[in-house]
Amino acid sequence: MPFVRPASILLGKELRTEFRTRELLATTLVFVLITLVLFSFTFDPTAAESRRFGPGLLWLALLFAGSLMLHPSFTREQVNDTLSALRMAPIDPFAILASKILANSCFLLLAEIILLPVFAVLYNLGLLPVLGRLIVVFVLGTLALSTVGTVFSAISSQARMRELLLPLLLLPLLTPALIASVEATVGLLDDPPSLSPVWVGVLVSFDVIFLTVSWLFGEYLLEE
Amino acid sequence: MASPLQRERSGMLAVETLAVAALLGFAGYAALFIAPTEATMGLIQRIFYFHVPSGWTAFVAFFISFFASIAYLRTRAPKWDWLAVSSAEIGVPFIPVMLVTGPIWAKPVWGIWWTWDARLTSTFVLWVLYVCYLLLRTLIDEPERRAVVSAVFGVFAAFDVPLVYFSIWFFRTQHPQPVIGPGGSLDPTMRNVLLLCWAAMLGLFAILLRQRYRLEALRYEVARIRLEGSRRAEPVLPVGKRVNPEMAK
Repeated sequence: MPFVRPASILLGKELRTEFRTRELLATTLVFVLITLVLFSFTFDPTAAESRRFGPGLLWLALLFAGSLMLHPSFTREQVNDTLSALRMAPIDPFAILASKILANSCFLLLAEIILLPVFAVLYNLGLLPVLGRLIVVFVLGTLALSTVGTVFSAISSQARMRELLLPLLLLPLLTPALIASVEATVGLLDDPPSLSPVWVGVLVSFDVIFLTVSWLFGEYLLEE
Repeated sequence: MASPLQRERSGMLAVETLAVAALLGFAGYAALFIAPTEATMGLIQRIFYFHVPSGWTAFVAFFISFFASIAYLRTRAPKWDWLAVSSAEIGVPFIPVMLVTGPIWAKPVWGIWWTWDARLTSTFVLWVLYVCYLLLRTLIDEPERRAVVSAVFGVFAAFDVPLVYFSIWFFRTQHPQPVIGPGGSLDPTMRNVLLLCWAAMLGLFAILLRQRYRLEALRYEVARIRLEGSRRAEPVLPVGKRVNPEMAK
């Protein structure tokens, strides 16, 4: 396949680069943890409030972490101008973008795997009975965050004040994904737990729409 | 349209501006005196003739910007980029008109200034997105890069709007919300006045858009001339190095 092979090779490269240093993963984890602890200080939630507000806090923390950790995905390539090398390869330019989107999804999901149990303990929530559906929500929400985030990190890497610019561009655009992920998670923590098809639908359409838009228009961002 | 670089005949511009000013004046008169007073809300409802048309005009502006962005990415003709930025920039101030007149109307009618209703919130998010679009443009110096990058962002923003609307709509239907407006159809006089006001707003938009487009074209030309001048002054440039027209002053 002309697309899958280069994309998987590039994905391997992204993962290798990250796991040599584990910089992104470590900083994301610590950042989300700090935010969660700070949130619990500022709100001091009761058990019922935790169920209602906990998911919102967790998703906000992930969103902020994402808007910071997705930033190096293109600036990292600028140091040695490696993006030019990638562009010169006779491959579909979307393979470059797709591998970065996938890699960033992996990093975020990995961080979430570690963070979810901690979150459950800190906010005193029982996540085990709804784990399967929770994973669906988190995979869809994370894909939304990393798709738009990766494309926008390609945008912000070409501008001045790039560290500030990425959250600015990313956060308003992710409003629908944030609402859907939070509401879906709140539904799962309700008694009895329920997963509204509406929110899964919003997340799936967000992912499909923006993956398609990235596929159609993302390559313009990679040209010189 | 003639080349934007040609001197504009100031006579024509004056006539057009006067025509739009007269139309706006008449629309204001019609909204205040010709349109009947609404039965339940009273005089405050007349704000609707400015509120709704400015919103519609902003949406027209963002549509133009969206299509111009796609056209730019497809053709790479700079004029599409000029149109995209001009339309976005002229469209952005129409939203605050809507977001300010809205609460003025809402306070006596709903009893609150603001509600996190689907239409209000998605308009607000839409406005933030286009403000970010304009901000992004100021942070990239190289004209071609700026055009490409902001066009891609413009496309993303445009696709986000329906998603924002639907997600907030689903979100809010689960919560109590104020009853919006009177049901039923619009009185024909009211409708005509509304359309007249919209026409006046669109006229204002068109005149501003043309001037802004011209300004963008002139800026582009200045940047090009500067670039040419700096190339002439320093003929041997390293391959692949771009000259930043702002730095070449």
